[in-house]
Amino acid sequence: MNKSFFARNPSVLIFIACLALFTLTVSVLADGFGAGVISTSFVKTLGKTLCLCLIAIAMDLVWGYCGILSLGHFAFFGLGGYMIGMWLMYARTELIVANSLAEAEIPPTAQEISDAIGNQIFGVVGGSDIPLIWSFADSLTIQLAFVVLVPGLLALVFGWLAFRSRVTGVYLSILTQAMTLALSLYLFQNESGLRGNNGLSGLQNLPGLDDVPQSTVSLWFFWASALALGLGYMLAAWVVSGKFGSVIRGIRDDEARVRFLGYSVEGYKLFVFTLTAVIAAIAGALYYPQAGIINPGEMAPIASIYLAVWVAIGGRGRLYGAVIGAALVSLLSTWFTGGQAPDIPLGFYTIQWVDWWLVLLGFSFVAVTLFAPRGIGGLFDLYTGRHAPNRHGADLGPDMGSLREKEADE
Amino acid sequence: MSTLLEVSGVSVTFDGFRAINNLSFQIADAELRAVIGPNGAGKTTFMDIVTGKTRPDEGRVLFGEKSVSLLRMSEAKIAQAGVGRKFQRPTVFEDQSVFDNLLMALKKDRKPWSVLFYRKSKRDTERVEELAEQIGLTEQIHRTSGELSHGQKQWLEIGMLLAQEPRLLLVDEPAAGMTLAEREQTTDILKEAAKTRAVVVVEHDMEFVRRLNCKVTVLHEGSVLAEGSLDHVTANQDVIDVYLGR
Ligand SMILES: Nc1ncnc2c1ncn2[C@@H]1O[C@H](COP(=O)(O)OP(=O)(O)O)[C@@H](O)[C@H]1O
Ligand SMILES: [Mg+2]
Repeated sequence: MNKSFFARNPSVLIFIACLALFTLTVSVLADGFGAGVISTSFVKTLGKTLCLCLIAIAMDLVWGYCGILSLGHFAFFGLGGYMIGMWLMYARTELIVANSLAEAEIPPTAQEISDAIGNQIFGVVGGSDIPLIWSFADSLTIQLAFVVLVPGLLALVFGWLAFRSRVTGVYLSILTQAMTLALSLYLFQNESGLRGNNGLSGLQNLPGLDDVPQSTVSLWFFWASALALGLGYMLAAWVVSGKFGSVIRGIRDDEARVRFLGYSVEGYKLFVFTLTAVIAAIAGALYYPQAGIINPGEMAPIASIYLAVWVAIGGRGRLYGAVIGAALVSLLSTWFTGGQAPDIPLGFYTIQWVDWWLVLLGFSFVAVTLFAPRGIGGLFDLYTGRHAPNRHGADLGPDMGSLREKEADE
Repeated sequence: MSTLLEVSGVSVTFDGFRAINNLSFQIADAELRAVIGPNGAGKTTFMDIVTGKTRPDEGRVLFGEKSVSLLRMSEAKIAQAGVGRKFQRPTVFEDQSVFDNLLMALKKDRKPWSVLFYRKSKRDTERVEELAEQIGLTEQIHRTSGELSHGQKQWLEIGMLLAQEPRLLLVDEPAAGMTLAEREQTTDILKEAAKTRAVVVVEHDMEFVRRLNCKVTVLHEGSVLAEGSLDHVTANQDVIDVYLGR
């Protein structure tokens, strides 16, 4: 009964082992170690993929386990990216400005430095004043805290308002979508103070570490992403493995019943929503330094819809399913849209994957939903023999119900 | 015996239709009560009101020695105060085991934080096993509850109620769809439960009610038509007209 957490959840151990092996293999083959089999840009792609797997875990927790189809988690992902991006951009610009002004004969005043930084960063949006929200951008510690606090607080307030008024199902999805859209539109404005549609750029360069080649930096972030994914996976597995997991799955299946058991459903939803928002934000904070650039387009509602598609294809309600779905679909997507996939000439028409990939993805989504609701992860059940309760659909009902199904069939 | 639940002058209107009309009802500690009445009499709605699912337009619902009003409380708070409810349709968590269903219902701190760090003790496991035995599901304890038969699900739900250790148990049509043997066992479980708490059972089946051998309240069009022993109410001309005469 008091077996260790890993003994009760062998899949966690398997996952961690696979992740470790993967990380090791990639590291050894990467440019950064001189092997050069895997290019730096591909290491970055893999690192970003790990971050996407992490947000997929968050999505699985909130949707697959708790039944809240949130279409807003990419907003939290993006916010996390912006928070770290502000520091990366500011600190680096500050160094550059300080260097160039140091050449000058008269030592620059603090005001001059600040103006020069403002000019550098906000010149593109026609300003030079540093907006108020950048007040702490020179402090890594504070911006790191913001990575967690800002999206966490937004999720807390939004969730509190939505769950308290018992918004559920499609209406809740629409509401989260609206929040995402509003945030993205707000950030598109230059007045938002985050450089409007230009977004933040140059994030791949670490301030003060210009001498370190990108091949090495890419590995650092790759490792950090792998670590975050491993920890996130264990946290999520721990959350869903005990009684808490029972309760949230209960909420997903029959929320009224859980309420009559004396659990405050709203409190649980809020907890899960906020926790997953924070996980998403951390994933985002690791993703964008690898991507190098973040702009409000990243937070468009469509991104959150993709997220739901990944989790559905991978298999809802199991964490490794979400990871598989996110990794597979996002890597395939890179391959197809990157123009690497060979076109298919049909004689009268040539299928170019850059255009047709989304159609293929859409069809796969529909097919999975209809024919394999347990997703790719469901394949593992064939080996482990985990079966969903199969009462062939409906309750046998009051008349036949007292018979076992076998008898009822007779 | 002191009054545990007192409902007085309660009315509910759905789109102009009075489902509950100036209803008054009382039950004491450790009392077993059957509520009968034709379809649409308002039996389920009555339970909805007590458990906080439906807010009445007027009236009072008082609970416990301190006579706290249930009308301002959320469903979860009412459940925590000691009101358990079994729905008409059996609702158990089908993709979880019998054990997990019962464990979730066990009377414990229900705040998210404590549940997150909850570790089941030996005592809790034993308690769950006891409950499983009480409802005759010992052999099924590790099975997924979705695989149970209809009757077994009904028992599991009753077991979950008992696990909550409520002071008042509201049971909506527990015997629907059960075989004779299952019905008999259900009666026994309910009678046993009523020794230590108040139990209100809604049921259609007269034989079942007779076996419960308790005071009967007849509902009709949202208010009490008659109350007393089964023989007393079945002799009542109004009751015969609206219910038994059909
Ligand atoms: N949520 C609701 N909205 C509208 N009408 C309702 C609602 N709930 C119950 N009613 C009506 O109230 C009446 C009493 O219903 P109910 O309490 O379910 O009866 P019983 O359980 O005694 O068969 C019925 O006529 C039903 O149609
Ligand atoms: Mg009813």
